[in-house]
Order: sequence, then C-alpha cells, then structure tokens
Amino acid sequence: MSVEIKTAEITPIRQTYGHTKRRFGDKPATRYQEASFDIQPTTNFHYRPMFDEHHELYDTGYTALVMEDWYAFSDPRQFYYGAWVAARAKLQENTESSFAFFEKRGLGARLNDDVRRLLTRCLLPLRHAEMGANMNNVGIAANAYGTTLSQAHMYHGMDRLAVAQYLSRIGLLIDESPGALLAEAKTLWMEEAAWQGVRRYVEDSLVVEDWAELSLAQNLIFDGLLYPFLLESLDARLMEIDGGDIAILTDFMGDWFKDGSRFIDALFKTLAGESEANRVQLTRWVAHWRSRAVEALTPVAIDADIELDAALAVLDKRLAKLGLLETH
Amino acid sequence: MNAKTSKRLNMKERYRIMTRDLGWEPSYQRYEDIFPQEGFEGIKITDWDQWEDPFRLTMDNYWKFQAEKERKLYAIFDAVSQNNGQMKISDPRYLNAVKLFITAVTPLEYNAYKGYARVGRQFGGVGARIACQMQSIDELRHTQTQIHAMSHYNKYFGGMHDFPHMFDRVWYLSVPKSFFEDASTAGPFEFLTAISFSFEYVLTNLLFLPFMSGAAYNGDMNTVTFGFSAQSDEARHMTLGLEIIKFILEQHEDNVPIVQQWLDKWLWRGYRLLSIVGMMMDYMLPNKVMSWAEAWTMYYEEAGGALFKELERYGIRPPKYADQTVIGKDHVSHQAWFIFYQYGHATAFNTWVPTAQEMDWLSEKYPDTFDRLYRPRFELLAEKAARGERFYNDALPQLCQVCQIPLAITEPDDDTLLSHRDTVHDGERYHFCSDGCRDIFHHEPEKYVQAWLPVHQILQGNCGGADMEKVIGDYYRIEMGEDNLDFEGSAEQRRWAAWKQAV
Ligand SMILES: [Fe+2]
Ligand SMILES: [Fe+2]
Ligand SMILES: [Zn+2]
Repeated sequence: MSVEIKTAEITPIRQTYGHTKRRFGDKPATRYQEASFDIQPTTNFHYRPMFDEHHELYDTGYTALVMEDWYAFSDPRQFYYGAWVAARAKLQENTESSFAFFEKRGLGARLNDDVRRLLTRCLLPLRHAEMGANMNNVGIAANAYGTTLSQAHMYHGMDRLAVAQYLSRIGLLIDESPGALLAEAKTLWMEEAAWQGVRRYVEDSLVVEDWAELSLAQNLIFDGLLYPFLLESLDARLMEIDGGDIAILTDFMGDWFKDGSRFIDALFKTLAGESEANRVQLTRWVAHWRSRAVEALTPVAIDADIELDAALAVLDKRLAKLGLLETH
Repeated sequence: MNAKTSKRLNMKERYRIMTRDLGWEPSYQRYEDIFPQEGFEGIKITDWDQWEDPFRLTMDNYWKFQAEKERKLYAIFDAVSQNNGQMKISDPRYLNAVKLFITAVTPLEYNAYKGYARVGRQFGGVGARIACQMQSIDELRHTQTQIHAMSHYNKYFGGMHDFPHMFDRVWYLSVPKSFFEDASTAGPFEFLTAISFSFEYVLTNLLFLPFMSGAAYNGDMNTVTFGFSAQSDEARHMTLGLEIIKFILEQHEDNVPIVQQWLDKWLWRGYRLLSIVGMMMDYMLPNKVMSWAEAWTMYYEEAGGALFKELERYGIRPPKYADQTVIGKDHVSHQAWFIFYQYGHATAFNTWVPTAQEMDWLSEKYPDTFDRLYRPRFELLAEKAARGERFYNDALPQLCQVCQIPLAITEPDDDTLLSHRDTVHDGERYHFCSDGCRDIFHHEPEKYVQAWLPVHQILQGNCGGADMEKVIGDYYRIEMGEDNLDFEGSAEQRRWAAWKQAV
C-alpha cells in the first residue's frame, strides 16, 4: 500500500487568521504579519490599573498623538522576535570577531594615552546614557498601543542594553587594570561639569510620560545627534591622534544605528503623516528637545575638542526630511 | 601577550560591570518620579544590591542562544507545513486542545510580554530590571512562536482563526483574561509574585507539561517543538520567580504579611484557572498523558509542599485553601467538562461525551468520584445524544465575580451540593464560587466590582443583543456549525475522514 499523501485532496479551508485576513486580504500571510498585527487585546478590560486609574490596561491615551489605526505603523525591517534575534545574532558574530581581532593583535596595549583619555572622557560615560535609552524604550514598549509599535521599541530597548554592554567591554579592553577606566568614566558621568547636561537630559527623559514624546526625545533627537557625533566626528578626531584602531570596536554601532534609524524614520513618518495636529505636536516637541540636546552635548564636544556642527547638520537634514523642523 | 589583557575579571564581577554598574543614582530627578510604581504596594526595599541575579546572561549570548533555538524551531514548522504534518495527529478531537491553547493561553503570553516590559522599566534595581526585560522578550517569543506554530493548523481546522477577538469577548475566555489582567493591573511586586512565582514557579508544570506531553502523545509536532524550545526560557523564568520572592521576604519583615496574602490569592486564582487544563487532560486528549488528579498530586502537593516548607523560615505558611484544592482535584475536570458540554454551542471547539473506553479510564483514575457522580451523568447524555436529543443548555449561568467560572462547582465537604457564596458591597450583591474567591473580593472590592462578567454583559445587551445566536456568531465570531457543537457529526469530523481517504 502506498503511504504517499495525495496533497491535492487535502486543501486548506482558510489561508490565514481572521484578523490577518481582514487587514491584508485572504491570502497566505507573512510571519511578520501574523505575529504583529491585531493581536493585542483591545476591549472589555476587567480592571483599571491600580497604578494609573485614568487609563485602561492597553490604552491609546498614553500619548497626545492620535491615530485612526495604531497598526498603521509597520516596521520596515519586519522584525518579529525570530527575525530580530537572527539579525542581531549576525551582528553579534561580526562584532565578536572584531573584538577578538583587536585583542589578538594586542591593539589595546598600543593605544597612546591621548586616545585612552579621549575614549574615557568622551565615549565610556555613554554606557550610562545607553542604560537610560534601554529603560526609555522598554517603558515605551509597555505603554505604546499595538504590537507593531510596542515590539519595535522593545527590540530597540534590548539593543541599547547590548550597546551599553559592548561599550563596557571596550572600557575593559583598553584598560591596563580592567575596571579602572570605567570607574573613572562613571565619576565623570556623575560629577564632571561637561557631562551634567547629558545626564540631566537622560534623567529628564526618564520622567516623560507621553511615550511618543519620549521616543522622539530619545530615539530621534538625542540619538540622532549623538550617533553622528560619535561615528563621524569622534572617529575623525581619534584618527588624528593615532587612535584609528578603535573603529574596529565601534564599527557595530554604525551598523546598529543605521538599522535602528530605518525604524525610527518610519515611525515618525507614520505619526506625522496621519494628521496636521500630530505634525504640529511633533514639531513642537522637536523644537524643545533639539535645543536641549544641543545644549547637553556641546560641553562634551568642547571637552573633546570636536565641533558638534557636523552632527547637528545630519540631524537637521533628517528632521527636515521628516517635515519636523521648524523653519523660521 | 601583554599584562593588560591578562588581568581578567571573574565572571561575577564582569557581569556586574555589564549590568548593575550601568545604573546610577539620579540627582536631577527624584528616584520616586523615575520609578513611580515601586512604592505604592507598601513593599519595603532597603537595598537593591542584595538582589542575586537569577541568571547571568549578557545580550550577545542571549542573541546567540536564542537565534539558534529559533532556527531549529522554524525548520520544524516549515517541515510540518510542507508535509501535511497535521495528518499525523492521533485523532481530530485532539485539535480541540490546540484551539483551547491558542485562544486561552497564547494571549496570556502576550500579556506577560507587556507586563514584564512594564516591570522591567519600573524596578529601581538594575539586576531585577534586566531579568524582567529578558523575560519580557521571551514571552513575546512565546506569543509569536505559538501563533506561527498554529498557523498551519489554522488553515485546516476551526476555532483558531480569531483568537485575539475571542479572547476579549467569549464567555469562558474571560477566565484566563481576568486572571492575567488582575496581575497586570497590580503593582510590580504583586505582578511578579503572581506570575513569576505562583504561576511560573509553582504551577507552570501543571500548564505546560500537560499541553506539551499531550501534544507528544497525539502526534502534534509543532506544539511539542515550541514547548521544548521554550523550556530553557522557562527555566530562567522559574529562577526569577524564586529570587523575587526570597528577595522581597529578606528585604523587610513588614513585607511578609503582604506576600502571604498574595500567595493565598494567586494560588487560588491559579488553581481555578487550571481547571480548564484539568478538563483538557482528562477529556480532550484522545491519548492521555496522566490524569489531572495525578498531576496535581505530583506537581502541586509534592513539589509545592516542599517549596512552602522551605519558605517557612521567612514566616510564610502554605497558601490558604490549599486543602480545598486537594479535595477538588477529584472533581474539577469532570465538572468543567460538564459545563463546556452543556454550552457546546457557545464554544470555539467541539465537545463530546467520552467513549466507553475513555469512561473506563476515568473510573480507574477517579475511583472515589467518577462512577458515583459523573459516569451516570455522561451516560445519560450519551443516551440522549443517541436519540438525536443532544443536550444544550440555553439558560445563562451565574458566574463567580472573581474567577468568572460558572457556579457549578461543588462544596469541598459535600460533593452533591453546589458551592455558592455571596456578599453585599455598596448595596449590590456579588456571587462567588468559593470561600477563596470571596476572600479575594473582600480584600480589594473596589477592584473586583469592575469585572467584565460575560453573562451580565449579554443580559445588558452589550454583546450584540439578546439573541444568543447573534452573540455567538457575530459578537464572538464563533462560526455556527463550523467551530462549535458536538464533535459527532461536525464539519471537522467529516473533513478529517475525507482527508484520511486521500492519505
Ligand atoms: Fe511564556
Ligand atoms: Fe514564562
Ligand atoms: Zn471563583
């Protein structure tokens, strides 16, 4: 007897889940679609949160922005958990081999004191800012409405923990007595005048309640200024003082930032594109946080003898493209 | 090699640098404004540094391990879809357990994801925050891998197609929904006590093992594989559950009575929730794994007993009403299936009377109760069905205000009498299934008066009117004759027979 299945006669009775079909049509759906759209509970919540009686458990009112459909946002990277973790495992593998190369060649020992000093004063304190970014994004994941928005911020938040951990590893790797430079950098973060603007910005962001404003303050503005500053200006400065090897270790940050920016740009394009009211609100937030970010990072740049202008030009170009830059 | 790189830090110090050393004491904003939820439950934390990291995993390793697990998991899903793997299932009745899983459990995974994200932001201690964050993305993983695991089955079987819609509306799904929302709307410490400790540490074996072993015994490759793949995540979650409880108890003696009340509450709530698992094990699995009573004895009475013994040194006693769960273990699955059978027109899965052989198995597993109380009932129902008078109950039941299960469970000391408690609060009468649920209500009446009780809502016209057929079809999106009713004569049964011919 043949045990072969005559597949032609075993026909599906539907192509995908009902909610997926209603949104994308009656056809086989992608894994991103099935795992991301319309799966969050929407109604008949039993109890108000004991910590916030003004909201439902999942509530669109955690931001001042209004969307007709909160699932209008779709991650251009189509990250569901499996896709995210696969992409990050690849990033991790590359970074690991860069770190191994750096270590094997003993490049840490060859760094001159100026380079080590610049990294300690300018790069290593940022591991604390990355921890703030982690907290902000995880908090947004908890409050933002709908799975596409929530999960993208969650991945972004865990990415920031990873960045903080890689920065810590850099600190250990270039240190003659591992841990000392990180401790020095933490003292700068806590006490050095040049860093207080950044620390104040981060701590102030931690109490922002509107998740969209928070994502803007953190992911669009602060990172949008900080990363070009690190990746272009600091990098160039390091080259000047014979510290070009460090790029081997910080390379992953460039890849990561490029990838994350695709999400952030799509996010604010969707939010601003919804209505004039949203755009006006976002523009107001941009004006506020942009000048605060410039104010915060300027002393750090001065301390490192670097101009902030180039990085600011990158940010402004991006904001203009999103239509969020106020022109006077 | 130079001296610089040879100076290695030990693992613990390195992990400290990678995690809690990233935090700092804020000075531009107040601690209580940055972590506004940490204080309101009355839990006293004197020193977060005492937190012992339950597992030490940096993000790079997390990505590496998890990506490897995902790769293997999705390879199986692909193979099952390509080879009509659904036809390897033991008996089409088995799929009803899968329908119950995706409608009742998968949305809980999602709620867990959101809940751990909240707590993973709210705790002041970095170590605790990071452990919660990792659990949060794990729970998102579970949500999504379950959706993907069932995606193929959904193409061939009913009852799974609108799981998020149903979770928010269907009467029996308000049991898991209200359970989890109760935890999600509580403070961060109660959330962890409820989910990490009571549910994941104490009761998890009673939820996942039955489903995963049930899948293994019944040829469901996708469920077995995701269950297996989630196991190492769960191991981490369990260590977090134990750490949080010890940490809270060690921080301050004033925390002990608060935690005790939470343990009493969440064991009872978990026990009630698991009655649907008991029913699944005893009635829905064509190839049985073990009985619910056996599972409760092994995983709760024995394992849980030892655990609570261990917690005695903190001044913790075993949860209140634990003795009632032991009496109830011989009844609850039968009573639950009897409820679902009667309301089988309003369920997103098929129901049936157990076969003669299955009843014999039940007699053997429940020597004190099945033949005396439940066999006669099912035999009568079988006779009626054979005469073409399959019994459906059109009267709407009274629900418990807390657990939301119909008041059809018997008294602990008299198994011929239905258990019913009530109380008047603010001039309004509320009904309960048990002392356990009534106590929970009394402790926080302002919370439980808010409950969205499906029967009340139908009667108030909030579910699409008074016509039950409309409530079931339009409001619940249970497709009449496709998703519901008796398995005997169902569309599922007919299609399966036709497909088997094609094999
Ligand atoms: Fe889970
Ligand atoms: Fe879990
Ligand atoms: Zn109850």
